[in-house]
Amino acid sequence: MDPINFVILAAILFAIGAAAVLLRRNAIVAFMGVELMLNASNLALVAFSRIHGEIDGQVMAFFVMVVAAAEVVVGLAIIIAVFRARQTISLDEPAELKG
Amino acid sequence: MSFVTPEIAWAPLAPVIIVLGAAAIGILIESFVRTPATRRIVLLTLSVVSLVAAAAVAAVQWATLDGAGTIVLDGMMTVDRQALAWQIVILVFGALGALLFAARTRAGEEAFTPLGSVAPGTAEETLARRKGFQVTEVFPLALFAVGGMMLFTSVTDLIFLFVALEVFSLPLYILVALARRRRFLSHEGALKYFLLGAFSSALFLFGAALLYGATGDTNFVRVSEGIATVTGLDPLILSGAVLVMSGLLFKLGAVPFHSWTPDAYQGAPTPVTAFMAAATKAAATAALLRVSYEALHGLAWELSWLIWTVAILSMLLGTVVALVQTELKRMLAYSSIAHAGFILVALAGFPADALSALPFYLLSYGLATLGAFAVITQVRERGEDGTVLGEATRLGQWAGLGHRSPWLAGAMALFLLSFAGIPLTAGFVGKFVAFSAAMSEGAWPLVLVAVIASAAAAFFYVRLIVLMFLTDVPEGQEDAVEVDHSPLARAVVAITVIGVVLLGIVPGPVLSLFENAGVLLLGAAG
Repeated sequence: MDPINFVILAAILFAIGAAAVLLRRNAIVAFMGVELMLNASNLALVAFSRIHGEIDGQVMAFFVMVVAAAEVVVGLAIIIAVFRARQTISLDEPAELKG
Repeated sequence: MSFVTPEIAWAPLAPVIIVLGAAAIGILIESFVRTPATRRIVLLTLSVVSLVAAAAVAAVQWATLDGAGTIVLDGMMTVDRQALAWQIVILVFGALGALLFAARTRAGEEAFTPLGSVAPGTAEETLARRKGFQVTEVFPLALFAVGGMMLFTSVTDLIFLFVALEVFSLPLYILVALARRRRFLSHEGALKYFLLGAFSSALFLFGAALLYGATGDTNFVRVSEGIATVTGLDPLILSGAVLVMSGLLFKLGAVPFHSWTPDAYQGAPTPVTAFMAAATKAAATAALLRVSYEALHGLAWELSWLIWTVAILSMLLGTVVALVQTELKRMLAYSSIAHAGFILVALAGFPADALSALPFYLLSYGLATLGAFAVITQVRERGEDGTVLGEATRLGQWAGLGHRSPWLAGAMALFLLSFAGIPLTAGFVGKFVAFSAAMSEGAWPLVLVAVIASAAAAFFYVRLIVLMFLTDVPEGQEDAVEVDHSPLARAVVAITVIGVVLLGIVPGPVLSLFENAGVLLLGAAG
């Protein structure tokens, strides 16, 4: 199969992820959207790596995975702190910062 | 398959290694020194010493730089004068920020919560407070952030740039969530900052992946060669470049990528706001310069539309919304959005002058920002029973501050005048060099908008000055506000006042230093 199809799939996944971040009101779901975007980038990197016939892109994908894991740690910590304080993780609920 | 061990020139990496090494040692100290009070002093000393040492090493490197600079890590990073200038600016902000982090009120209260993991208002929180717990992790976290920012200014590879972006962003997300008072606000600010920040870094990463696909490399120079030679992949290159720029503009806080700025600035503990406002903007500007001049220079014409639109929107929205704010930290946040617009004005058309103008602009802006937020930590509310509460950040509470504490109010007035760009302050010189860089590329309509926006912005800065000096303390409110006295915060105010005045009156030496720095080792421009 032509590897460019994987790039198209990556673009679709990226768009779904971005839509989830911008539209969903649950912090966890929004966060999953971010993860989907990062993994779509990984898929694109690996597919391009295949197209160019070299392994650089695959190595980069490993770096991205490590960074994404670190980001999950920090993100979930903040979301749990918010949940403990408010008993909800809706992004509409906390509305003390306005204007 | 055999691997060749890469040759690494360690010496040019020394400033970054010092800072990140000190951060790792700080984590060790965290586990081995048990009393919070000792830990705080040890970590403060470690942070300030390592930051100053790193700045000294960077200065020595600057003086002894061989030719234009050194390429390190097989082209992943370049250490040239431009990179060293930004690194020193960020280290200065980091050292001042560390002093502010350690500042305490007269009653011995820190800006940070005693235990970040417990919910506000619970018995556990009271217990942690009574036991004298302290979140001293803030110092290593700040060091990691500074190290990441230093990398961010000198990296010349898109994927490495992404890693550096996360290295400095992740500690900042945590720091924002650690306020001692108004913890709900702090959590909310951190959540919004985190989600939008993660979103923007994902945008950046996908853009980097697209550029890699189109040009076959992520190294800035080879990306720019690819942009010049590759044909038939224009949509891929263009969307990649726009996504990469969007990710960086997010960190800069420019419209339409600004929505995290007011919430994060208001929610964060004020010392963190001070550090983040000054240092993140400097790091983002440095990376924006390097990416635009080294990698995307071939797209100058296409990207100028993006930069023009974003600059005009930032200046207008930042100024107009700041006019109607009644909360001081929020007002300064919107003013920082307007400043992001001014920074982009200098960048429009990618003039070579911007390379020397923007470090000066960011230095003057950062010093005034650090000083202004340091003053905010000193003005406190007082409760019914006379206990000192959190910071008084409503504008009305600042009425008559000039009578309570003329020096502090005078310092704040100086910082505000510097933001507004009044002559004899650093802000004026900064705006002057930034706008003349834009004029050199013929971007006069942009400069016109910038000058009008500056004039309008002067209104809300001056309004606060009038409130402080020409308004009396409201009847019955004499005891509602207390001026605190923290030696560390006062020291930061004093240092930044001296900096702003010196840069405003005798900018020559620093300007010529930065002119020296206006050269990139690689790339089409400069």
